[in-house]
Amino acid sequence: MHEMSIAAAVVDQVERAAREQGFTAVATVRLDVGELAGVVPRALDFCFSLVCEGTALEGATLTTRSVRARARCAGCAVEWYAGMPPDLGCPGCGGGTRVELLTGRELRIRGVEWAEGPLPAQG
Amino acid sequence: MCRTTDLRQAVLARNDDSARALRAELAARGTVAVNLLSSPGSGKTALLEAELALARAREVPVAALTADLATENDARRLARTGVPVQQVCTDGLCHLEAVMLRGYLAGWLPADTRVLFVENVGNLVCPAVYDLGETLRVTLAAVTEGEDKPLKYPTAFGLAQLVMVTKTDLAAAVGFDEDAFLGNVARVNPGVDVVFTSAREGRGVGTLLERALAVRDGAAAHRPVMAAAQAAPGYSPGGPLGESGAHAHSAPHPATAAGAGPRPHHEHEHEHGHGHGHGHPMVDRL
Repeated sequence: MHEMSIAAAVVDQVERAAREQGFTAVATVRLDVGELAGVVPRALDFCFSLVCEGTALEGATLTTRSVRARARCAGCAVEWYAGMPPDLGCPGCGGGTRVELLTGRELRIRGVEWAEGPLPAQG
Repeated sequence: MCRTTDLRQAVLARNDDSARALRAELAARGTVAVNLLSSPGSGKTALLEAELALARAREVPVAALTADLATENDARRLARTGVPVQQVCTDGLCHLEAVMLRGYLAGWLPADTRVLFVENVGNLVCPAVYDLGETLRVTLAAVTEGEDKPLKYPTAFGLAQLVMVTKTDLAAAVGFDEDAFLGNVARVNPGVDVVFTSAREGRGVGTLLERALAVRDGAAAHRPVMAAAQAAPGYSPGGPLGESGAHAHSAPHPATAAGAGPRPHHEHEHEHGHGHGHGHPMVDRL
């Protein structure tokens, strides 16, 4: 389950940004996860809360936005949703040489909502 | 009230940066890395044994690194070919990352290596997400796994630059539908070459070595549709390494990865220690 490594990478990058920008606590991390990113958002959510413990992100919420896979054939100027499993052959010409994937592989931190200071102790 | 920051950073930016740097570093010394992905038991090691033996017979300097959760069985098998082999035991970790790979290569990879085969952890899910700095990514499936494997694991097959079907000597026995398999591969990865092999019968043996050497000598590898979106604009690399890759290694040494997680095991004649307990800054050369 590589979602643990992915969660650790998210926490690492957000902590780095917090240090650079002088924030000490995080309220929300917003992620874009494409349906072809190879990451399961629910598993990531579970891992995120574990990895956050003891960091500036402790108690932070992870908000994941799923991004559908969309492809385009430059030859036919046709655009389509690739679906899951994806169909990346052009529905117009049947070819794949001029097909490009426009969205669907995102695994990106969109933004962070900072909390004013250390979050109050829970419980 | 809360304040927000637009980060717009790829989550795997640091791995991707490390992978780019490693790819450039390997290219500068004339080595091309091949990343082999498949399910456990798909016949990666048997095919690799045959390819390594062939390379040895042709006097092409190659090396292999093989990753498993536990045991050194694969390295023992591969080392019989006489080629430098390193076993990595990941202690349960399901995939390799670029910075780990670099750590294992530092001080071990022979200078004249033309092709480095990396046998990734047997798993079609996690390894698919991590660029290791390879120039040729190969996904394998045995005929016994069924024709719909590419649809079930679209990221692994969708990002392959070459697909290899193994154990074709069993195709008739298991009723493997070759056309259906090819159709499924084409659906997730239009244009990728599919090579049929049988390590037992020798079918297709040598293709992997030839493809790797061709890519090393400048032939263009297949560019999967799914891979193109990875480099889409809007991703800003967050790591300290730039695009160029060929520079001094000021980034944290991979020994942190090697020390904290997977252990490298060496299956070749010159044992050495690296990365542990040294007081000097770590700037190991590959």
